[in-house]
Amino acid sequence: MPILNKPIIFDRNNFGNGFEKGIKGRPIDIVLEIRESGLKGRGGAGFPTGTKWMLAATAVSPKKYVICNADEGEPGTFKDRLLLTEYTDELLQGMILCGYAIGAKEGYIYLRGEYEYMLSHINGVINKFHEEGKLGKGIFGKNFDFDISVRLGSGAYVCGEESALIESLEGHRGEPRNRPPYPVNTGYMGYPTVVNNVETLVSVPIIINKGAEWFRNIGTEKSRGTKLLSISGDVERPGIYEVPFGTKIIDMLEMVRAKDTKAVQIGGASGICIPEEELHRNLSFEDVPTGGSIIVFNKSRDMLKILKNFMEFFTEESCGQCTPCRVGNKKLLDGVNMIEQGKCSVKYLRELIDLGRTMQVSSKCGLGQSSPNPFITIMTHFGDEILAEHY
Amino acid sequence: MTDSSFSTRIPTAQQSIKIDKGSAHEIGGLVDIEINGKQFQVPFGTYILDACKQFDFHIPTLCYHDDLCIAGVCRVCVVEVEGMRTLQSACTYPITNSIKIKTTSEKVRKSRRHIIDLLLSDHYGECYSCVRNNNCELQSLAKEHGVDFYRFGHVQNPHYEVDNSSYSVVRDMNKCVLCRRCVRTCIDLQEVGCLEALNRGYETKITTFMDKPLAEVICINCGQCINRCPTGALRANDPSDAIWDAIDNPKKHVVIQTAPSPRAAIGEEFGLAPGRSLTRELNTALRMIGFDRVFDTNFTADLTIMEEGTELLLRLKSALVDKDPNVKLPQFTSCSPGWVKFIEHFYPDYLDYLSTAKSPQQMFGAVLKTFYAQETGVDPADIVTVAVMPCSAKKFECNRPEMNDSGFKDVDYGLTTRELAQMIKEAGINLPDLPKTGFDEPFGEASGAGLIFGATGGVMEAALRTAYELVTGREVPFENLNITPCRGMDGVKEASIKLENVKPEWSFLEGIDLKFMIAHGTANAKIVMDRLVAGELNDVHFIEIMGCPGGCIGGGGQPIPTSSEIRAARAKAIYDEDAGLPLRKSHENQHVNYLYQKFLTEGPCSHLSHKLLHTHYTKRGSYIA
Repeated sequence: MPILNKPIIFDRNNFGNGFEKGIKGRPIDIVLEIRESGLKGRGGAGFPTGTKWMLAATAVSPKKYVICNADEGEPGTFKDRLLLTEYTDELLQGMILCGYAIGAKEGYIYLRGEYEYMLSHINGVINKFHEEGKLGKGIFGKNFDFDISVRLGSGAYVCGEESALIESLEGHRGEPRNRPPYPVNTGYMGYPTVVNNVETLVSVPIIINKGAEWFRNIGTEKSRGTKLLSISGDVERPGIYEVPFGTKIIDMLEMVRAKDTKAVQIGGASGICIPEEELHRNLSFEDVPTGGSIIVFNKSRDMLKILKNFMEFFTEESCGQCTPCRVGNKKLLDGVNMIEQGKCSVKYLRELIDLGRTMQVSSKCGLGQSSPNPFITIMTHFGDEILAEHY
Repeated sequence: MTDSSFSTRIPTAQQSIKIDKGSAHEIGGLVDIEINGKQFQVPFGTYILDACKQFDFHIPTLCYHDDLCIAGVCRVCVVEVEGMRTLQSACTYPITNSIKIKTTSEKVRKSRRHIIDLLLSDHYGECYSCVRNNNCELQSLAKEHGVDFYRFGHVQNPHYEVDNSSYSVVRDMNKCVLCRRCVRTCIDLQEVGCLEALNRGYETKITTFMDKPLAEVICINCGQCINRCPTGALRANDPSDAIWDAIDNPKKHVVIQTAPSPRAAIGEEFGLAPGRSLTRELNTALRMIGFDRVFDTNFTADLTIMEEGTELLLRLKSALVDKDPNVKLPQFTSCSPGWVKFIEHFYPDYLDYLSTAKSPQQMFGAVLKTFYAQETGVDPADIVTVAVMPCSAKKFECNRPEMNDSGFKDVDYGLTTRELAQMIKEAGINLPDLPKTGFDEPFGEASGAGLIFGATGGVMEAALRTAYELVTGREVPFENLNITPCRGMDGVKEASIKLENVKPEWSFLEGIDLKFMIAHGTANAKIVMDRLVAGELNDVHFIEIMGCPGGCIGGGGQPIPTSSEIRAARAKAIYDEDAGLPLRKSHENQHVNYLYQKFLTEGPCSHLSHKLLHTHYTKRGSYIA
């Protein structure tokens, strides 16, 4: 599946010789260029990539690691699948540039278990890079060695959380670590580790080729560049699109020819549900952030069923480590079932929304902190409709 | 945070930044912080929880335990750090810059209350039918936070069957709150790792290998998990009903032996501060309950020293005089059943290094149903032997099939400190108020050497007091017989004592530096064993290993809670009691000598003593039986 609209930064012409240019220059220049570009992590959390790399580059350590988070597991997202198969060269280039920039010699691609079918393709490209002298010892004749290998996940959603991903990579049960310390300080095997999303890494050779200034001119003040969106649901043209940050949700819906839209779930199961009256809001870190999953619902949809689906997902996918997430999600799911049966009092519903807020602030990792989002937003915007239907 | 005397293999998911106090000052010195509007300074890297403790701001905790690595999973200790979107768990958050902390804001109180409500919603059972009633951390949290209803409901039916398979540890996972203290205890403190989390999300549970009953997995029965479980999910396998039945049965002659560690700790069950031994009050209580005779396990501790010490000297003679290449040195102690099972599983090829001497508990059982039966004319079939131990592994030990050398089950029941305290309470007795009484004949009062078996290093100290004097004819060259290198809570201790001007019959030991080592907690035992396997301990002669941190005073049957301070206080109580006794050396115990004159007439390590007082071990490896 290609990018369905005209690509903006992911146009193949934009890659140029960014890779070679980067490796032939100084490592610090790559870090500075990325920092200058304002690139933020594309996985959803939006941590400034340049800052992350700077922290890793300045860390004093005998070993450092680059990890590509290809555990694309958020319900409704499939844009990394495209990059992993169609932009494999560029992804590897981004990882090598990162390794060169921070002083790492090894990189791992943590590939979602369900993407196992890509394994031979990716390994093929890695082998090709070895043959071409782009991986291995003395890359581009420089005193720089780098190698990449692929590791497969085993189907746990939580392993997309970077510290759980590292735990899994180390061979442990996939559970998030306490933060601080952050992976950039104490990561894989205890060494400084940069974990970046596929999309972030593919952007790197483009930024090095076209320059930070060019990149900064796209998007909004706090969200530079573009975002790949995986759009699905009640639309005529589902698929992958690239839009500049700041794009209004309503414009995006028009692009994919959505009709009769009732609500849009932005950011996947852990994202927020935007009702019709808020469709003028825009996609950006300052307004509605997203890792790329957009699910559109038209007026025929039962919001409670949608919510139930999400809550079943989280009850199962919580790692089970911390109390708010392990038990909280179950209580929210029970609440949905009670509503369905007309057995949930308004008072208890309020209590559950309150519980959701507790989960947002007290869970150990991003999973538990964001899993109540659909419950809170759907109940806030569609609570009356749902209660009217079930009482 | 973790007691520095223990090695830790920390699951990194549950590890936080580690900054030792020394380097903290090098990195950043003191950091200004504000707690609830008041200004303080703490060393760089101090955890919020520790800072709050230091300045008397109470923060509730559940998964946190002083002995264990940090988990940060229960989230009960969350606090507000100004400028951060989410609350932070105080136990995991190291202070590395100037921050403002709120410990009681509305957001914090509400979150804590919700978290406790969630824990309760998933916690099956009623407090009044629970072994941990009034000593349960979940119950205390609920009370502290004013829980007066189940906000998010309450489990109506049990999910799991109670696992009663083990002689030592009962697992009732319906009461588990998934704090993972048991998991961390088993792997960090004990290097056993038989417990682990399984499944994800709401289905998460703590379980054993392949979900098998505890008796069918590699568990060393140490019960350290019980001591650290905040709820009633883990408890010891309680034989007190059967003991009451025996007491109530007029045909049965029920005798009880009490070990020093329970006596040093049982007061805690009656509200006393740790560190006061109630040895003689306990004698009174046991007679009031209805035990026919009350004996001191220290008697057989002294006997153990005679047997094990003689065994060591014989091994040294075989090695040095007879140049026997098959003799195994260093000799390891074998009093701790947790340690014995550990070596049987993890180092099955090294069992010949263990002393063959039985533990004091088992020696007593064998002596009671033979010598004592003869002396008193009671039919051994009617004697019921109970042992009050600080230990859950002792329950397994007395059920070992080889522990029937008297022709009967040598020790019928192993009873923990906690269980005995419960029996005493049930009998309506307030132990600390009782008058003091002595032990019964024919075993009478034992030595302080037997007494100090309870603390890590105690067996070594007792053995040295006797062996040194036997070999040289002089007392050990330490003030008041206190062999200080044997004492203290370091994980692994090493020392030596020079044997000079020895008696003519021991001339082969002249000039030898008797090297010994002491370790406690099986994680430390592993360190020692790995060095043995690597051939680094060829010059060591004798090694004491206790399965539990702190030795028996920290055993899995002791009062809950436990911490390094509590264990140190119990150890001090034991050493103080020893210092005040007229008899300090095992070989001067006249009752032991009487036993050798009257019964074991061929002396230590002879035919009969081998039959009754020594045992053999099972090469278990990864197999259970």
